[in-house]
Amino acid sequence: MTKYTYTEKKDTRSGFGAGLLEAGKRNPKVVALCADLVGSLKMQDFINAFPERFVQVGIAEANMMGIAAGMTIGGHVPFTGTFANFSTGRVYDQIRQSIAYSDKNVKICASHAGLTLGEDGATHQILEDLGMMKMLPGMTVINPCDYNQTKAATIAIAEHHGPVYLRFGRPVVPIFTPADQVFEIGKAWMVSEGTDVTIIATGHLVWEAIQAGEQLEAMGISAEIINIHTIKPLDEEAILKSVSKTRCVVTAEEHNRLGGLGDSVAQVLIKNLPAPQEYVAVNDSFGESGTPEQLMQKYKLNAPAIVEAAQKAIQRKG
Amino acid sequence: MTQDISELKNIASQVRRDVVRMVHGCQSGHPGGSLGCTDYLVALYFSIMKNDPSFNMDGVGEDLFFLSNGHISPVFYSVLAHAGYFDKSELGTFRKLDSRLQGHPTTHEGLPGIRMASGSLGQGLSVGIGAALSKKLNGDDRLVFTLHGDGELQEGQIWEAAMFAPHNRVDNLIATVDVNGQQIDGPTKVVLSLGDLRAKFEAFGWEVMEMQGNDMALVVEGLQKAIALSGKGKPVMILMQTEMGAGVDFMMGSHKWHGVAPNDAQLQQALDQLQETLGDY
Repeated sequence: MTKYTYTEKKDTRSGFGAGLLEAGKRNPKVVALCADLVGSLKMQDFINAFPERFVQVGIAEANMMGIAAGMTIGGHVPFTGTFANFSTGRVYDQIRQSIAYSDKNVKICASHAGLTLGEDGATHQILEDLGMMKMLPGMTVINPCDYNQTKAATIAIAEHHGPVYLRFGRPVVPIFTPADQVFEIGKAWMVSEGTDVTIIATGHLVWEAIQAGEQLEAMGISAEIINIHTIKPLDEEAILKSVSKTRCVVTAEEHNRLGGLGDSVAQVLIKNLPAPQEYVAVNDSFGESGTPEQLMQKYKLNAPAIVEAAQKAIQRKG
Repeated sequence: MTQDISELKNIASQVRRDVVRMVHGCQSGHPGGSLGCTDYLVALYFSIMKNDPSFNMDGVGEDLFFLSNGHISPVFYSVLAHAGYFDKSELGTFRKLDSRLQGHPTTHEGLPGIRMASGSLGQGLSVGIGAALSKKLNGDDRLVFTLHGDGELQEGQIWEAAMFAPHNRVDNLIATVDVNGQQIDGPTKVVLSLGDLRAKFEAFGWEVMEMQGNDMALVVEGLQKAIALSGKGKPVMILMQTEMGAGVDFMMGSHKWHGVAPNDAQLQQALDQLQETLGDY
């Protein structure tokens, strides 16, 4: 199995902040909007560099989405920033009508997604956002896995024309992808090749999948690990190529098992290559307060859970 | 572009004919608010705005209009057609399968003149603010106009936007509320009272003016006054008094014609009151 190490941990939201600054330098039409969460979204560097291209909307997310949609008229590329919950569920109709249906070039950038928000609890821990956003026709949905990938994704979406949902998180996590990577929207990343089981992971679960792969290797099981950072459009070819070799799959995501990456993968397999699939995801429940580590353990979103799921999937191959 | 009030009235008469014929043609749609806002939209597109019917989405160097109360799409479509955005023959496809003239306006089918989908209420003021900010960043000194229903003001997002615009000195924005006092379930004062709209918007920091919306000369004069008030640090709000169904006697004075199509006899009765001036589609 390919070896991955890290020397530093950082939050993916800081990757967004760094990427936004870079995108702003590359394109003078890039503008940013925030709903009273500048510090949490790491937008201050962009504001310092381009104060005239920043819009503080206050605690009014619906208005923010509408303003962002309007700002595209005249050629601007707006990036909205707030928590994932307030970026999706709170403003779904605004996104649906004014951004997705109107095909506006808005980048909806959402921090503090999933359980790893931690102590704030279920009111803020959205686990349904990927599902909501991927159901919108024309919406690109991306959930990067570490600081470097988030930064690269932020730069990439600025150059992509069309509405995008970019989801990232609060806690510091290992940086294990290259700093100089070029992010290709819709293209899976082969993390490590293997033969017995395919592990498809997104977001914070990619590092857990790598840990699981090492544990499985020690048990004599060869896992192929694929990072799907772009939930939509989905890299169906990469999924089918891998599963045609391994004949079983585990999907791992920090999201409700209903409507997330797992369901997207299942649709591809059902149509083309039926195979046993195990979900590592939240089992249709809300979250709760706790540290990120405690929550990922309690809700079985970590390396041991992926190992167990891989064993089950292999067993089901018969 | 014309300042000739009788010419504008002639256009309005034709637009009103189109509205009732379109709604009759598909037996659905919203004639009441469309007829009430006909004079405003005709004045805007034929006398007030600098706009280019060859249409490009960014509209740099043009005045822009956003219809927030998208259900009055019939009047919007008719005005756009007569202003040259597309051929008026297309008005006959309104609300029918494979038409660009969807029940509510959309960019999705590529209809020239539409810059934003609307229909789900309360979103257009935010959109107009965004377009106005975009113009400021582009150094474009043209204006952004928006139109809203009075019932629409019951949506919370309107008040988020109402708070934002004065704070950020969005003074290249002229919003208009169609104060016809009616909504689907009855008069606004019965369903959910809007209170003193002038006082409310003034308290939020808007420059507020009132305008009679069914007298063409007063509409043109009012919009010119609004333009004179723009660019002075405050967004401008026009409270436009209209009669739902204006121009068709049996559709006036009630919420009943908000979203009901006339039958054949009612169509004829309506058309008898509206002179054909530019040729029916």
